[in-house]
Amino acid sequence: MSNTDFVLAIEDLTVSFDGFKAVDALSMYIDKNELRVVIGPNGAGKTTVLDLICGKTKSSSGSIKFNNIELTQLAEHEIVRAGIGRKFQTPSIYENLTVYQNLEVSYPVGRSVWGSLTFKRTQALSEQVNKIAAEVLLTEHLQMEAALLSHGQKQWLEIGMLLMQDPELLMLDEPVAGMSAKERDQTADLLNRICQNRSVLVIEHDMEFVKKIAHKVTVLHQGKILAEGSMEKVQSDEKVIEVYLGH
Amino acid sequence: MKELSDKLLGGRQGAVGLAILALLLFVVFPLCLDLFRLGLLGKYVTYAFVAVSLVLLWGNGGILSLGQGMFFGLGGYCMAMFLKLEASDPVSTKIQTTPGIPDFMDWNQLTELPWFWLPFKSLPLTLVLVLVVPTLLAFIIGYAMFKRRVGGVYFAIITQAIALILSILIIGQQGYTGGVNGITDLKTMLGWDIRTDSAKYILYFVNAGLLIGCMLLARYILTSKFGMLLLAMRDKEERVRFSGYDVSNFKIFIFCVAAMMSGIGGAMFTLQVGFMSPSFVGIVPSIEMVIFAAVGGRMSLIGAVYGTLLVNFGRTMFSETFPELWLFLMGGLFIAVVMFFPDGLAGIYDKYARKFNIAGVTSKYVAKFSKKAAKMIGEKYE
Repeated sequence: MSNTDFVLAIEDLTVSFDGFKAVDALSMYIDKNELRVVIGPNGAGKTTVLDLICGKTKSSSGSIKFNNIELTQLAEHEIVRAGIGRKFQTPSIYENLTVYQNLEVSYPVGRSVWGSLTFKRTQALSEQVNKIAAEVLLTEHLQMEAALLSHGQKQWLEIGMLLMQDPELLMLDEPVAGMSAKERDQTADLLNRICQNRSVLVIEHDMEFVKKIAHKVTVLHQGKILAEGSMEKVQSDEKVIEVYLGH
Repeated sequence: MKELSDKLLGGRQGAVGLAILALLLFVVFPLCLDLFRLGLLGKYVTYAFVAVSLVLLWGNGGILSLGQGMFFGLGGYCMAMFLKLEASDPVSTKIQTTPGIPDFMDWNQLTELPWFWLPFKSLPLTLVLVLVVPTLLAFIIGYAMFKRRVGGVYFAIITQAIALILSILIIGQQGYTGGVNGITDLKTMLGWDIRTDSAKYILYFVNAGLLIGCMLLARYILTSKFGMLLLAMRDKEERVRFSGYDVSNFKIFIFCVAAMMSGIGGAMFTLQVGFMSPSFVGIVPSIEMVIFAAVGGRMSLIGAVYGTLLVNFGRTMFSETFPELWLFLMGGLFIAVVMFFPDGLAGIYDKYARKFNIAGVTSKYVAKFSKKAAKMIGEKYE
């Protein structure tokens, strides 16, 4: 496969679980600084695509290139170090640590055993933590144990943990699930701010939210792309209305 | 410099706790206990090395090893092999068919020292091997398990199985290992008789010093970023992995450190008690060590040491009167701790010390009283 200008180039990607093709010959390209939303009915393979990109699931065939680096053969931590951050569907934070510590653990310095033993808490670290905490609206809760945060704040904290790594591609699996209307608006603002100098890939069900953030929408159905393009274009697509938006 | 001392001691509270423990071990116990009881205490302190290692591995890392006895045993065997070779000089073993080899080898018709005994002729090499052998075994087990992402209860069962295999191997290979009796009749270390009263005192203090050293090392690890990552891995291993860390390397490392500490404990056991046997390698001792740590508090380095000492003193006192009931009592104690006090003695202490705020209350009363007194004195002189 030739090199491209895309941040992420997925070509002919297939994964099958006992013969069932969860993702079937999928090709998808994401531009620099693009905010892409993937929608689709349950079981369409949305989360599986994220799993394949970040290495949680190994593909059966096909290629995933990130800045022209082939990812399918890399270990999970190597993919992260290449510049990809991924938020899980249920908030995945360290409940026994404080908010500050949650962010500190995610700081991309001292990632080896020896590095973590000799890691020194620097000025740059605390500046970065404070900056990110302000970004995800958690400045007042820095010393709070993360378990005590509300559900929406936990989602933000996890996004903050990813921002600590300053990834070039940020992947978010249902970031507004379980959030109040106000929190959804705040999250939409947050996403519009953070996609300024990075690409973001979001999986979401909430169509109102999708409208607020998406540059481009991809509709998945049974492991294949059903439609792709702007929100208006996708919404008026007959196939999409039939399998997904219609009901 | 201040940063380093904070990391070693764990802040003011940690430093006070450690100072009290050191005071007990180095001053109070040697002054209050007779040599027999002090010897027993020294033995318990060697178990505390394992309890401290379990605080790192299990309490903070969430990795339950039910096979720490094998590392304790290996460290102990390394030391015992050196001492046995020194005790088996050709002069004192001249009645054997082959003089100059350990007696049990002679009974088993061995005519030559096996190759793996040769390094134990040298003390420096033995001291290195006390550290390296348990660490190397832990590395092999850890690499095989953690790289394949075996964890949780499976890891616990596998470590237990390996501990059992190792103890069966030692018992079965009588000619090479001394079999079920272990390695006994240890006398001198480079000509220094370890059975005399003065040697017992010296070994006791060396032992206590090494324990404090291990606790400082453990504290350093726990207060570094590594320690925070251990907690994070215990909580959400996937999240750590997808934050760019190779989780298996961290687990292998902490498993190796825990094994090394246990090995030091085993070597000090051999020196103080004067023998090493397979009964310290298998499943039962390994599980007992976990109970010591659980009773003391699996999150607390200092608590684990107190837990070890208390449970063992309890055992000694109790089994002097009701020997057959002890195992039931210990089992019951373990269940009670897990159900009602998951953080052990340290957890209870923290809860009540904070609740009553002992230090704060005392200083408040002192301040109040002195204010009142000053006022009264002031009024008097007006």
